[in-house]
Amino acid sequence: MDTITIDQIIEKHHCEASSLIQILLDIQSENHWLPKEALERVSEKLDVPMSQIQHITTFYKSFSLVPRGRHEVHVCMGTACHVRGAQRILDSVTEQIGIGAGETDVDLKYSLETVNCIGCCALGPVMVVDGEYHGNITPAQVAETFKNYE
Amino acid sequence: MSELLLQIDGKEVTARAGATILEAAQSVGIAIPTLCHHEKLEAHGGCRICSVEVDARGRTSVVAACLYPVEQDLVVRTRTRKLERIRKSLVEMMMAHAPDSEQLLALAEEYGADKDRFGKEISFCIHCGLCVRYCAEIKKKHAVGFIDRGPRKEICFIPEIAARECWECKECFPLCPTSALQAAFVLIKSLTSQADGSGAERKA
Amino acid sequence: MPRINSTAELDALRQDILSTRDPDKPCITLCSGSACQATHCKKVAAALDVELEKQGLTEAVHFRKTGCHGFCEQGPIIVIYPEGVCYLKVQPEDIPEIVSQTLVAKKIVERLVYVDPTTGEKAIKEDDIPFYKNQQRLVLGLNTKIDPKSLEDYLAVGGYQALTKVFTGMTPEQVIAEVKAASLRGRGGGGFPAGIKWEACRNSKGDTKYVIVNCDEGDPGAYMDRSLMEGNPYCVLEGLLIGAYAIGAQEGYVYVRQEYPLAVENLMAAIKTAEEFGLLGKDILGSGFDFIVKVHKGAGAFVCGEETALIMSLEGKVGEPKSRPPYPAVRGLWGKPTNINNVETWANIPLVINKGAAAFTSIGTEGSKGTKIFSLVGKVNNTGLVEVPMGVTLRDIVYKIGGGIPGGKKYKAVQTGGPAGGCMPESLLDMEVDFDQLTKAGSMMGSGGMIVLDEETCMVDFARYFLGFLADESCGKCVPCREGVKQMLIILTRITKGKGRKGDIELLEELAEVAGSAALCALGKGAPNPVLSTIRHFRDEYEAHINDGNCPALSCKELISYYIDPEKCQACLSCGKKCPAEAIDGGKNLIHVVLQDKCTKCGSCLEACPARFGAVRKISGEPVPAPLPQESRTIVRKSKQS
Repeated sequence: MDTITIDQIIEKHHCEASSLIQILLDIQSENHWLPKEALERVSEKLDVPMSQIQHITTFYKSFSLVPRGRHEVHVCMGTACHVRGAQRILDSVTEQIGIGAGETDVDLKYSLETVNCIGCCALGPVMVVDGEYHGNITPAQVAETFKNYE
Repeated sequence: MSELLLQIDGKEVTARAGATILEAAQSVGIAIPTLCHHEKLEAHGGCRICSVEVDARGRTSVVAACLYPVEQDLVVRTRTRKLERIRKSLVEMMMAHAPDSEQLLALAEEYGADKDRFGKEISFCIHCGLCVRYCAEIKKKHAVGFIDRGPRKEICFIPEIAARECWECKECFPLCPTSALQAAFVLIKSLTSQADGSGAERKA
Repeated sequence: MPRINSTAELDALRQDILSTRDPDKPCITLCSGSACQATHCKKVAAALDVELEKQGLTEAVHFRKTGCHGFCEQGPIIVIYPEGVCYLKVQPEDIPEIVSQTLVAKKIVERLVYVDPTTGEKAIKEDDIPFYKNQQRLVLGLNTKIDPKSLEDYLAVGGYQALTKVFTGMTPEQVIAEVKAASLRGRGGGGFPAGIKWEACRNSKGDTKYVIVNCDEGDPGAYMDRSLMEGNPYCVLEGLLIGAYAIGAQEGYVYVRQEYPLAVENLMAAIKTAEEFGLLGKDILGSGFDFIVKVHKGAGAFVCGEETALIMSLEGKVGEPKSRPPYPAVRGLWGKPTNINNVETWANIPLVINKGAAAFTSIGTEGSKGTKIFSLVGKVNNTGLVEVPMGVTLRDIVYKIGGGIPGGKKYKAVQTGGPAGGCMPESLLDMEVDFDQLTKAGSMMGSGGMIVLDEETCMVDFARYFLGFLADESCGKCVPCREGVKQMLIILTRITKGKGRKGDIELLEELAEVAGSAALCALGKGAPNPVLSTIRHFRDEYEAHINDGNCPALSCKELISYYIDPEKCQACLSCGKKCPAEAIDGGKNLIHVVLQDKCTKCGSCLEACPARFGAVRKISGEPVPAPLPQESRTIVRKSKQS
């Protein structure tokens, strides 16, 4: 990710140290992960120690310090989804795309994450692929969904 | 600065506004055990060994003495059966990480803790944070920090900074209540990776 | 539209909008909240656009996309005004018929209306559907009437009237007095009286103060705040502005979890529009009062719902809670006096001001005034958002509104209060739900999540689930939570895997005391609650797991076996076809047997076995009966009489 883009994002937030998390979220959103160079640039421009950035990027689960796949898959593991069989859905997804929660496949096609509640609790179990929500999903539908992804 | 009157273990104690219960207790020679506390560093409130019972606003609660500010007419108890149970459990949980720590062994004896109560953990670290806080607040080098959260939390050196600063310094080593070994182990790993030019990043 | 410079101009604008709106003009609304988007309401919207164009109705009919209606499992939902006809589970293919039949010909499309699952009765109008009829939607109700992106819509339904009332005749002290008199308790979990918090903040020394909206709704299973923020952001902003005026804060923050992208989008659009019209910024409505609002997104940490951790996050730090006192009202964001309240609390403020404290307190119980929005989810027929006055019984919520337990299963418990809450078994169904009653029962109101559980939910596993969640979300700063929750989780996991030991329950209770008393914040302090509550009400399940290796709910994988009853098996081969582990031995006319050593306990055979045979069942706590000898497994079919 080039320095110009990173600097633009930092300037959008007025170089304020309090906007550190918002800046990192924007970089994450733009680049899908946070390369070390980006973090060093942020550390330098905001005058925030690397140790703090290191803690923040590992404390908050929205951030990824490794490249993510082209398609981001999220399975909700909230309480309502849990009682309706979210674990089975997660197992089905793993079966379909070959990776477990927190992993990205070798081809950088898919990344799979669990989420502790997406907020669509009435429609549990829920899976989100690239921001598209799939509610009341069954293991059979999981298989069907992934047929369409390149 | 205004002064307040409170009661600790039945004893009347005068303290200045803004002081903590720990400071007030120490001023009259009442000992409250601590682990993550250091007089040169900002209070942390992580180990909870200094937990005391307070009666305030009609309620009794357990609070960390190192952080709780004194109040007028506050009633504090530093050692009760409940507090003893709590301290015993805390020590047992920490000794799953560091059964040989001198400080923990001393507390274990005081509170009858069994160092083998819980299954052994891989990491020595009990997250007192003394190394991280010392390097940030006193040395201002920020060579070591935390990563992740919850049971997965660890300490981690920033290799580039550690390579520059730590070998000459090592001031955090004696602060570590569990084992200077851990700090040294991490440091040497980190320096070795720099020395052999591999530039590979290492975690603790 | 030009900037509104006074309350008089605002009133004039409102009258203007109302005068151009014909209440009899047909209006078709489509719920466009996140849940309906999950059931593809966007495709329905597209179909509707096409059909209205095709039939030349784009001028004659108003198409409004609203926020969340709350009857989420029945989405996509369409309501047609002025009649109030409500269609559920609408698909794009249904649109041409809806437009032709209902919009044009004023006829009902019978197959799309609500049918009561028990009585078979139909309800055509939204207001007649039992789910809605038995609620009192004072706060959430506006969601169905407005497009969240439209300030005009909000003004048309009376929006900003409360602000006008405040600016034209109430001092900040009077506003605080009203909120105090209304006894509005925080809706985020703590239940602390909002007015008292506001007063403490106002009285704190310093000219710079902050107000914050906590929209970090992290309790899994709760989504009330999402719906409010997506569906009616102006209401939250109006409440926040009134609060800022009362407290003396010039700057406000809304902290929204980033898992709610639509809420962020609608909120930011509302702020932008409000700024353009002068409802935020300098000299609002000529009052001399300045107020700006900034939005900060969360980054995936449940603990940031705790007010001091949220403040840390706003300051760009890790969300580690801080010790209190000092409370945020005295020393909060950047060390300044700060008032944080939950979304639903702020959304109640316009109501309190408009109705007045006396009217507000006429609803609810002695200690809990007003209404509460609950997310009724889990094993219940009518899942969705339910707003009822405080004091309605749990039984009414689960059965009258929720429609009871699906599949003819037996009610087991309702869990409230999220990961810091507890379970209410059948014996407590007649509890009048309010803050104090829930606390007395060993649970808490929390943010409003209400998870219904049935006979198939293992309560030990349920406690384990919450501890797993908390271990994942703990900030890790203090020993009682970081280590205590971990140890409780280790024990509960062992128990669910059939490795429970004598003394485990006592050890759980001991660890519960440490975390519950000595933890730094409410996450750690509340962590024992799901454990203690399930031990209190379902101790027999714990003991069955530990002493007998039995999971009475037939849920814990390591403790159950799948068994085919030879008396019922008709050798149809259905189960064998579905089994992913080749663990079914059998064939045509040969009674099937589950090979226990190969079985992965996936449950596919149980699902596959036709209901009329019902030959597969789960057993626990007893040995699996030995399979019949091969010779006895042959089914002899009766030959057909020619």
